[in-house]
Amino acid sequence: MSRSSNFATGQVAGIIANLVIVRYEGAVAQNEVCYIQHENVRLMAEVIKVKGDRAYVQVFESTRGLRVGLPVEFTGHMLEATLGPGVLSCNYDGLMHNLNTMTGIFLRRGDYTSSLSAEKSWDFKPIASPGEQVSAGDWLGEVPENAVPHRIMVPFTMEGKYTVKWIAEADDHGINDTIAILTDANGREYNITMVQRWPIKRAIKAYREKPRPFKLLETGVRTIDTLNPIVEGGTGFVPGPFGSGKTVLQQAMSKQAEADVVIVAACGERANEVVDLFVEFPELDDPWTGRKLMERTVIIANTSNMPVAAREASVYTAMTIAEYYRAMGLKVLMLADSTSRWAQALREMSNRLEELPGPDAFPMDLSAIISNFYARAGIVYLNNGKTGSITFIGTVSPAGGNLKEPVTESTRKAARCFYALSQQRADSKRYPAIDPIDSYSKYLEYPELQHFLNENIAPNWVDQVTQLKNILIRGKEAAEQINILGDDGVSVDYHLTYWKSEVVDGVILQQDAFDPVDARTPMVRQRYMLEKVMEVCNSSLQFAGYEEVNPYFKRIINQLRQMNYLEFESAEFRKNEAALMDILAERKTA
Amino acid sequence: METQAFQRIYTKIDQLTKATCTLRAAGVSYEELALVNGRLAQVVKIIGDEVTLQVFAGTDGIPTDAEVIFYGKPPTLRVSDELGGRFFNAYGKPIDGGPEIDGEEREIGGPSVNPVRRRQPSELIATGMAGIDLNNTLVTGQKIPFFADPDQPYNQVMAIVAMRAKADKIILGGIGLTNDDYLFFKQVFESAGAMHRIVGFINTTEDPPVERLLVPDMALTAAEYYAIDQNQKVLVLLTDMTLYADALSIVSNRMDQIPSKDSMPGSLYSDLAKLYEKAVQFESGGSITIIAVTTLSGGDITHAIPDNTGYITEGQLFLRRDTEIGKVIVDPFRSLSRLRQLVIGKKTRTDHPQVMNAAIRLDADAANARTKLENGFDLTDYDERTLHFAREYADKILAIDVNIDTEEMLTTTWELFGRHFSKSEVGIKQEFVDKYWPEN
Repeated sequence: MSRSSNFATGQVAGIIANLVIVRYEGAVAQNEVCYIQHENVRLMAEVIKVKGDRAYVQVFESTRGLRVGLPVEFTGHMLEATLGPGVLSCNYDGLMHNLNTMTGIFLRRGDYTSSLSAEKSWDFKPIASPGEQVSAGDWLGEVPENAVPHRIMVPFTMEGKYTVKWIAEADDHGINDTIAILTDANGREYNITMVQRWPIKRAIKAYREKPRPFKLLETGVRTIDTLNPIVEGGTGFVPGPFGSGKTVLQQAMSKQAEADVVIVAACGERANEVVDLFVEFPELDDPWTGRKLMERTVIIANTSNMPVAAREASVYTAMTIAEYYRAMGLKVLMLADSTSRWAQALREMSNRLEELPGPDAFPMDLSAIISNFYARAGIVYLNNGKTGSITFIGTVSPAGGNLKEPVTESTRKAARCFYALSQQRADSKRYPAIDPIDSYSKYLEYPELQHFLNENIAPNWVDQVTQLKNILIRGKEAAEQINILGDDGVSVDYHLTYWKSEVVDGVILQQDAFDPVDARTPMVRQRYMLEKVMEVCNSSLQFAGYEEVNPYFKRIINQLRQMNYLEFESAEFRKNEAALMDILAERKTA
Repeated sequence: METQAFQRIYTKIDQLTKATCTLRAAGVSYEELALVNGRLAQVVKIIGDEVTLQVFAGTDGIPTDAEVIFYGKPPTLRVSDELGGRFFNAYGKPIDGGPEIDGEEREIGGPSVNPVRRRQPSELIATGMAGIDLNNTLVTGQKIPFFADPDQPYNQVMAIVAMRAKADKIILGGIGLTNDDYLFFKQVFESAGAMHRIVGFINTTEDPPVERLLVPDMALTAAEYYAIDQNQKVLVLLTDMTLYADALSIVSNRMDQIPSKDSMPGSLYSDLAKLYEKAVQFESGGSITIIAVTTLSGGDITHAIPDNTGYITEGQLFLRRDTEIGKVIVDPFRSLSRLRQLVIGKKTRTDHPQVMNAAIRLDADAANARTKLENGFDLTDYDERTLHFAREYADKILAIDVNIDTEEMLTTTWELFGRHFSKSEVGIKQEFVDKYWPEN
């Protein structure tokens, strides 16, 4: 949008919940931002439909007390994120206002705090030099932001080629200082600061190409890394009924994943869950750098009691920040909990607009909206040849735990990894409750990733993982047979098959997210455990009758679980390993 | 509410439905209150000069020339220390024969707490029921419902919890409460000598259903007054939230909105979240804890009301009649308190989490054994032992008549482990087994 001056003005002509009808004069654009003046505050809103001289705007605040005739000012731009140094460690609302600098216990309407601190000064170092040709997204300089080299880039909105005319020397600068002057082909000069703005609903495409992902992203969660790995630049989703551990799983990933920057969009979920992050992240260490977790994290909080319209914006705000950091050549992990709440916000609005509803009263274009959004993730080669990535994992809260509902179905088409949380596993406290058989990672079929895994973890890794999955499938079948025919109605082999799958379940799949050691398993240790479990499962063991199988395997599982709680390769760990070998030797045949 | 000189009065209604009326009026603000023929109503839609009002008590008998008076303000509640020990209707008017409250007038359904101003809930609420304290520990600032069938004693259990919890104030929001249950609550509070700690906002089954929409907001406005202004620990009881959701669906239906799942409005999640999210822990020590009841139809938790509730609340509690011991127990499998992680093993003994999980796992094995038995299969020795364990576990731990402290719950559970199982069958971290495994 580049209408230069004379933005439209208008008056409130109707109010239905947070949908306000504005009679405007001048020209307005779809998704243009406007402000409604009410008493002493300005309430932010976004145009979502225009009909004749009426603009339908969704207000990002409570509309209580609004009346017909209130003045409205349009701004000429869409909803934008303000990007620059100082975003990391911040807690924002869905529209990127800083929650920490707001006053009072309650969220006051119209309390729009700025996203970045204008006072703070940054230790700037130039990267580009005068005379160099640059285009959008190219690095001009950098400032240290926590542990991250924050690149100051040519604004993404600048199309075409520019020449660097002047660049600031290494020195302390505020975000609004000019740090470079660029000239275009016609010799026109542009002053560049450390701040830029970008409309959040558009993808930032300042990169050369987007290859297929090929590199494992380690999360420390065994059932993901070993069985259904996610990759740098990959997409995944986690549907599950309430109480199945979606949030605990997401929090585990946000704490442990091998990422430079983690962006958490708490979208329409519980406020106390966000408070957990506020409290824990400044205290916890990042396992990869040893610094505090908060230093690499940005939290976008639109909890379920915050205005619904801002909920939709919150996921786009988060994605825009992720794209900004990706353009610096960083590994970004973005988590959204939960995308269903976002879809519900779309539904509420579509309903108020009296649009014809699609399935379950969701808007017809839900599927397209979701796949467009997931498509913004990915690994990219930047203009300078370096890589940056956004790995995106969204949770879905299917109504009634029914995976056939529209949001889950639409997401399944868009995301490449599927981590199905099973109610049955949750009920029997087998956490994380990811169903090992229903879940999948399409990436495991990528030859690029297979090559990477075999090269970096173990030469026959992919084969071993396939064998492990087979043990689980056969175990499930055996369990069904035993249930139908009874313990003594089947041969001992069935019991063995079943209990081998129980070993895999108890030792690899189940993981205690609240235990300091067990919570995060590095890849080396996952390799060790996988090989140990395969050793147990591949041993031929001798039993006189089925009654002996259960207690014996209980001991094996118990022994391996004790090892999970111990520091890897410590003396105590080795002692338990020896004990395990003794148990195994009891029944091993040559 | 008395009329005052400056108020605008209209006398021509253009449109009437069962729950709403529409008229032409100027200068009306969104969500403000009005009096239609003496009945309280609220602005729910403004299009130009056309204003739609939701009449809480229904529109029966309202004529087209009814007097409509606008108040110029949304619903409010007067708050002060005088609230203690009093009972009010959905509009905040006394129903106990006492005088009106003198105090500051506050809008109900006010803004949300800034999440960065919240504190992490960390104070355990002891109830003495092991089914709750051991397996599903409650924490101040939590919101949790009972998912109950209509025939279960949920109001009784809730009253016991309220009386045992060490709350400074207990606020009862009665939403479509039967008169009998209303009197039951009153009697429990009176006989416990706790009346001064109680505030009640009561809509009984005899009152118009749409009025129910005001009750939770009234109760929570009073709760915020005590928690913020007085730094008190407030416990809010809301029963029954299913009837609240039903009232929402009535209104949205009358407003011609497209229903989503189970004929509930598409905004059900946000509507419920706005209430439940008032549960909060403040830095000053004040807190609001919400215990609610959501009745189920035929035990179906996939229905839109319990389903949306489950996604909002921090867990849920299920009651079940255990036929083996003939008592009502807190169901260990389906119940969950999400905030328990914040206190168990931290405010309680360090072995608490592992003991809890092990006992539930063994109880699940017992359930499997029972299925085997029902299907006519032989039981193994282990199966037999799990069944014995399960019976004692239900009786000594899960039953709602248990009233012991957490330490004793843990000791009892270890005793049951020792009596029925070997150490490796229990599968608890070695350091705890070494410390707590009972001799003999």
